[in-house]
Amino acid sequence: MSTEPIFQLTVSPDFTPAHISGWYIFNTWLQRNLNVRAHCELYDDFESQRQAIRDDRVDLIYANPFDAAMLVREKNFTAIAKAIGVTDECVIAVAAESSIQHLEDLKPGARLAKTDDPDINLIGMIMLESVDLNDDSVEPVVVDSYVLVAKALLRGTADIGFFLKDSCDEFSGAIRKQLRPLVHSQIGDIQHILLASPRLVAHSASLRHALAEMPNNPQGNSVLESLGFMGWQLLEQEDTEFMIDMIDTLKAK
Amino acid sequence: MLEPMHANQVVGKYRQYDQHLYKQGFRHLLVTDIEVPYPDGKLIVSRTDTQGIITHCNQSFVDMSGYTEAELIGAPHSILRHPDMPTLAFKGLWDEVEAGKIWHGYVKNLRKDGAFYWVYATVIPNVREGVVVGYTSVRRKPSRAKIAAAIALYQTLKLKEGNHWEGPTQ
Repeated sequence: MSTEPIFQLTVSPDFTPAHISGWYIFNTWLQRNLNVRAHCELYDDFESQRQAIRDDRVDLIYANPFDAAMLVREKNFTAIAKAIGVTDECVIAVAAESSIQHLEDLKPGARLAKTDDPDINLIGMIMLESVDLNDDSVEPVVVDSYVLVAKALLRGTADIGFFLKDSCDEFSGAIRKQLRPLVHSQIGDIQHILLASPRLVAHSASLRHALAEMPNNPQGNSVLESLGFMGWQLLEQEDTEFMIDMIDTLKAK
Repeated sequence: MLEPMHANQVVGKYRQYDQHLYKQGFRHLLVTDIEVPYPDGKLIVSRTDTQGIITHCNQSFVDMSGYTEAELIGAPHSILRHPDMPTLAFKGLWDEVEAGKIWHGYVKNLRKDGAFYWVYATVIPNVREGVVVGYTSVRRKPSRAKIAAAIALYQTLKLKEGNHWEGPTQ
């Protein structure tokens, strides 16, 4: 029986559904290129993924920036790379026929549909802060996916909804027509990052090399296509520390 | 040393001040009462070293300040200091962050063209291996109610400092 470790790859639960298979394909690519055994585990929600991190079951994670602080500062994960041109932006939208035209039209008690996606919820609440709304003055309607956020708006069970912009972009034309964006963030500095655990550190140099080379070979290109990425930009640890500092400023009350 | 402001860079009727800045000496300021609205959905981000010298700024910082990135990098963060802001507000900031704590507050910033913009600023020390190596500041859009409250507070603080609030009161 092999004693080789089986590394666990996981992905922030807010990945877009269209790219689920892409992460399994990436896992296969990872095993071939690093010559390691790896298993792709996708968690249904952030809390169960965080528990896996706390239990030291995760070795490579495409992480939500909100969780990067815990991974880097408490679990000693190392920043490896980020997807080129992909940033986490939040759209606040209403149903197309809603009487709400501007954020300023929102009143305390507004019903807010959202998922458990921590960075999008953080960015969304910062945008609402400019009209004096906060966690205590909105009524949350928490659902499992961005499609369900859209449904809550269309059924009238919520007044406004928070969306990850990339998820909105993948909605069908029919759904998009029934929604109306009020405002969207343009931050640019907050994004998911690929982080490696201390157990994977011996492979991090070869992983970085393989990721950088992905666009230069047909096999790598095909994997990138299935993930919806153009390529990877390698990160220095300080790049990630900077983003963690930014998130910390946004979380501070 | 910070460059004085020049009338040919300023838009509209202006007031003049000679502002004393820590480690920078006096700077001649030309200040208008034109407010540039904070854009929805954006964050202004900058980093300084421990002396308050700007080492990084994002595009929103460039856009809102009116300076080029080349003018901002290497300049003291006090290049944005508006004479309407009470000195006590900034003393509180430095006391907090030098003690390793997070500071937040409402700040009226001065643009290169003499106009101003309000922000809700958060500043945190950047700690690396236990040592503070600089500070990150993130500014976001404040509500009008919070700006009104800040103006009321700063009017009182200015009086305590022996000055008057001379800017718009809303």
